[in-house]
Amino acid sequence: MKYESVIGLEVHAQLLTQSKIFCGCSTQFGQAPNYNTCAVCIGFPGVLPVLNKKVVEFAIRAGLATHCEITRSSRLARKNYFYPDLPKGYQISQYELPICANGYVDIDLDGTSKRVRLTRIHMEEDAGKNIHDGHGDSSLVDFNRAGVPLLEIVSEPDMRNPAEAGIYLRTLRAILQYLDICDGNMEQGSFRCDANISIRPQGTDALGTKVEIKNLNSFKAIEKALEYETARQMDTLSEGGKLIQETRLWDENKEQTRAMRSKESAHDYRYFPDPDLLPVVIDEKWIDEIHTSLPELPGTRRSRFLSQYALPLYDAELLTSRRDIADYFETAVTIYPNAKAISNWIMGELFRILKERKLDQQLYIKTWPVRAEYLAELVQLIDQDKISGKIAKMVFDALVDAERSPQTIVKEKGLEQVSDVARIETSIDQILAAYPKQIADYRGGNEKIFGFLVGQVMKSMQGKANPQKVNEILKAKLSCTIST
Amino acid sequence: MELTLKEVQHVAVLARLRLTPEEEKQFTEQLGRILQYMEKLGQLDTSQVEPFDHAATSANAFRDDIVSNTPNPAAILANAPAKEQTFFRVPKIIE
Amino acid sequence: MSLYSLTLHDASEKLRKREISSQELIEAVFQRISDTDDDIRAYLTLCRDAALAQAKQADRRLQQESTSSPLLGIPIAVKDNFLIQGVRTTCASKILGDFIAPYDGSTVARLRSAGAVIIGKTNLDEFAMGSSAENSAFFSTRNPWNFDRVPGGSSGGSAAAVAADQCVAALGTDTGGSIRQPAAFCGIVGLKPTYGRVSRYGIIAFASSMDQVGPMTKDVRDCALLLEAISGHDQADATSVNRPVPKYSESLTGDIKSLRLGIPKEYFTTGLQPAVEQSIGAAIGQLEKSGAIIQEISLPHTEYAVAVYYIVATAEASSNLARYDGMRFGHRAAGKDLTETYMLSREEGFGPEVKRRIMLGTYALSAGYYDAYYLKAQRVRALIRRDFDEAFKHCDAIITPTSPTTAFKIGEKIQNPLEMYLSDICTISINLAGVPALSLPCGFDAGGLPIGMQIIGKHFDESTILRAAYAYEQQTHWHKKKPRLNQP
Repeated sequence: MKYESVIGLEVHAQLLTQSKIFCGCSTQFGQAPNYNTCAVCIGFPGVLPVLNKKVVEFAIRAGLATHCEITRSSRLARKNYFYPDLPKGYQISQYELPICANGYVDIDLDGTSKRVRLTRIHMEEDAGKNIHDGHGDSSLVDFNRAGVPLLEIVSEPDMRNPAEAGIYLRTLRAILQYLDICDGNMEQGSFRCDANISIRPQGTDALGTKVEIKNLNSFKAIEKALEYETARQMDTLSEGGKLIQETRLWDENKEQTRAMRSKESAHDYRYFPDPDLLPVVIDEKWIDEIHTSLPELPGTRRSRFLSQYALPLYDAELLTSRRDIADYFETAVTIYPNAKAISNWIMGELFRILKERKLDQQLYIKTWPVRAEYLAELVQLIDQDKISGKIAKMVFDALVDAERSPQTIVKEKGLEQVSDVARIETSIDQILAAYPKQIADYRGGNEKIFGFLVGQVMKSMQGKANPQKVNEILKAKLSCTIST
Repeated sequence: MELTLKEVQHVAVLARLRLTPEEEKQFTEQLGRILQYMEKLGQLDTSQVEPFDHAATSANAFRDDIVSNTPNPAAILANAPAKEQTFFRVPKIIE
Repeated sequence: MSLYSLTLHDASEKLRKREISSQELIEAVFQRISDTDDDIRAYLTLCRDAALAQAKQADRRLQQESTSSPLLGIPIAVKDNFLIQGVRTTCASKILGDFIAPYDGSTVARLRSAGAVIIGKTNLDEFAMGSSAENSAFFSTRNPWNFDRVPGGSSGGSAAAVAADQCVAALGTDTGGSIRQPAAFCGIVGLKPTYGRVSRYGIIAFASSMDQVGPMTKDVRDCALLLEAISGHDQADATSVNRPVPKYSESLTGDIKSLRLGIPKEYFTTGLQPAVEQSIGAAIGQLEKSGAIIQEISLPHTEYAVAVYYIVATAEASSNLARYDGMRFGHRAAGKDLTETYMLSREEGFGPEVKRRIMLGTYALSAGYYDAYYLKAQRVRALIRRDFDEAFKHCDAIITPTSPTTAFKIGEKIQNPLEMYLSDICTISINLAGVPALSLPCGFDAGGLPIGMQIIGKHFDESTILRAAYAYEQQTHWHKKKPRLNQP
């Protein structure tokens, strides 16, 4: 029997607020344990939560960008369970009236579009962090993360294979990054994902037994875990076994999923509306305000890049996959409108440096190794024949972390292209004199020698000669010689 | 609806309360009587009544997104039953 | 007259005229406590050193400031579910262990800035759950009028302390009658403000949708002054309301002509102790004589209030008390693993009534029962609030007994939780509806135990119930009676 997997994803996106969702503690990552805590987020007796308005705004942004209905009167609810990283014994989340519902994200599968429906988006607080290993009979708890605002974004089980899940996640992450509400950093856990997966015979509609997978910390982990789990479920069924509804953990090292040892006693979260928090009432005016402030989203931007800059699909997709890169591109193009050349430089040289410096993992680049206006100027210098392509690469490298413009660098280092015929002729004459044997070969019909001779001329002029001019003059001189 | 011993045991686990067998018995009886009393609510037809929404009659009490706390981990940890450096120490968590 | 028996407004006047100093007053009150608290057992913690320092400061301020707050230099007791930075907070529970509050609650902060001197923390039913103060994990407080009787609860310690002149005034909290019923049992004035009038930040939560802080005082004027000082919007409590605080003391005109007072028939049908019924009847007569218009009204869903209350309150409490898990503060038992540590810490830390309510509330929220219990209760709660809205179309305030009986014997009801719950019948609807209500003395039974009259007002109309109470008080002498404390 042929099976297909049915995948739904729950994403937890940490919001880029300054302060936590219910108290005035900082959300800054990487502080000493329990540094960013207070009576409220530690859950001391007598404290009360007050909702951060920005969280509501961010949730509405996310909802509008994913075509959700915005709930006009939504409620915070308590999800009750005991866990050492959960200070109050309940998590403040949303249950019956989430702030956004019934949306969708269109994903691009090699040129064809597929719609992944969103069930809901809700606001909630993050839990603290447990450190399990290396402390004997104890675990250690750090509550710096407790109370950091999250959006939980729940999709319908609309994905049919791990690759689709990956594309959906990348698309969703790009949207959140575009909205400036989440940095999407999976390593630091600001973009997390739990997956629900079941399998069923291809062509059938009924849903199989669902397994939830947790501990997915990278795109690679997600795709691998889903592949592993699909295979595991298929094997189980084909061996005549039965699947049970359970939560499994992805083990990064073993590349396996395993059943969780602690069975949370029969998942009875006893949700009820949190009496400490008032209903969140959102009127048209507020929604309109947020709507008008929404940035152009990745899908729209890609289409515009195709038409406005006449870029190939590959370029447009890559450039718009991140708002920072798309912004960088457009900054450069505004200064000097050779879109394709700028795109090439970005996708080639710039990406190489981003990767070397792991800036691509930062996922929200604020300081670029090479300023966009310098890149634009560089391309312009090439187009104006002021420098050669080869020299341009040198200049680019010199631009990294530089506070000097390409023109300045070119001047300082004397890298300006030489188009002066007399100077080029002198150099060519020297080379022709130095390589009589090669010239004879060329004349004998070995045309490859021409390239060699160009190379020698360029070398003698430290690469600064205008290659086109070198070509022309050399060709002329060689034919001249023949005719004499 | 009769409250059973098994339900009492289940609820005690949910609430993380260990009960002695005597307490289980006592609670089954006492809570059973209380719940029985509460069944009088069933006499009322509330199908047309919206549930009480909130004790406060207003909405939208927000705070601005401003960091206003001065960190003081020592004070936060002062009441901890067990700590290590500035971590809270708890019995080992098994996932 | 001894200094300790002064009312707040009298003491305030004497302080301002410099007839007495705050330090003298505080010393007198501490002396009174040490003379009487072996019998009464109202206090869990005394803040003697801090209080004397605050009194010194108050005396300095009294010399410098011309227009000072009426609370400046006044000794106030607070129930031990208020957090005071650096002071042990127990909530009368073992689960808090030796918890030292790391911050000041908002009401405590207001008291401080008004210059009040906080002298100590009073006993209560554990986590404010109870109607007798017998559920304290430490000891029972006795009723100053009769040491065999309970002071009421849960703010029993505060009520007894005020009645026994162990403080000038006190604060309590009221979730289902916990200020008013002990006020009635101890013969003092107690007021539960409108939900949202006073901040809940820094009081230990029992049932968040009903908890309110309120004054417990020797007379109505004191009540108005103290309420004014603690009321107002608080950024830290989302449910606190941002609307101006009236000058409550200015509503004490003594004039209640044409004030429409509703008498809900449902509160006079079952189980009223005859002395209570008589006293309330007489009080209503007195009010009418003063010019009020008395009319019968109906609060038809009253009989469901106890059931609704004990579902909603316990459901909220089951969640509010989940944080007492022995992980970050409070008592931690030695369990063999995490789960056992939770279970044992909570078993050892909570008393039987708290456990009972956590069980009940957990059950009411659990899968399969939520609709039948919690949601059903919230629907009926909506009807109860509607009852009050309807009633207040026809009257300005409502008069009822505060409790169907006078103070019962220590130990009398502790074995029968349902009977104990049913004794809250007169007070809990008020919390369910969120309206304000006050209890003031209106007589004594044959055994010399005080009887309380409850006056219920519209949302945020504390002024009217204070006005009615003050007018009644002016015509009577009940509030001037003092218990005899040298009982055998």
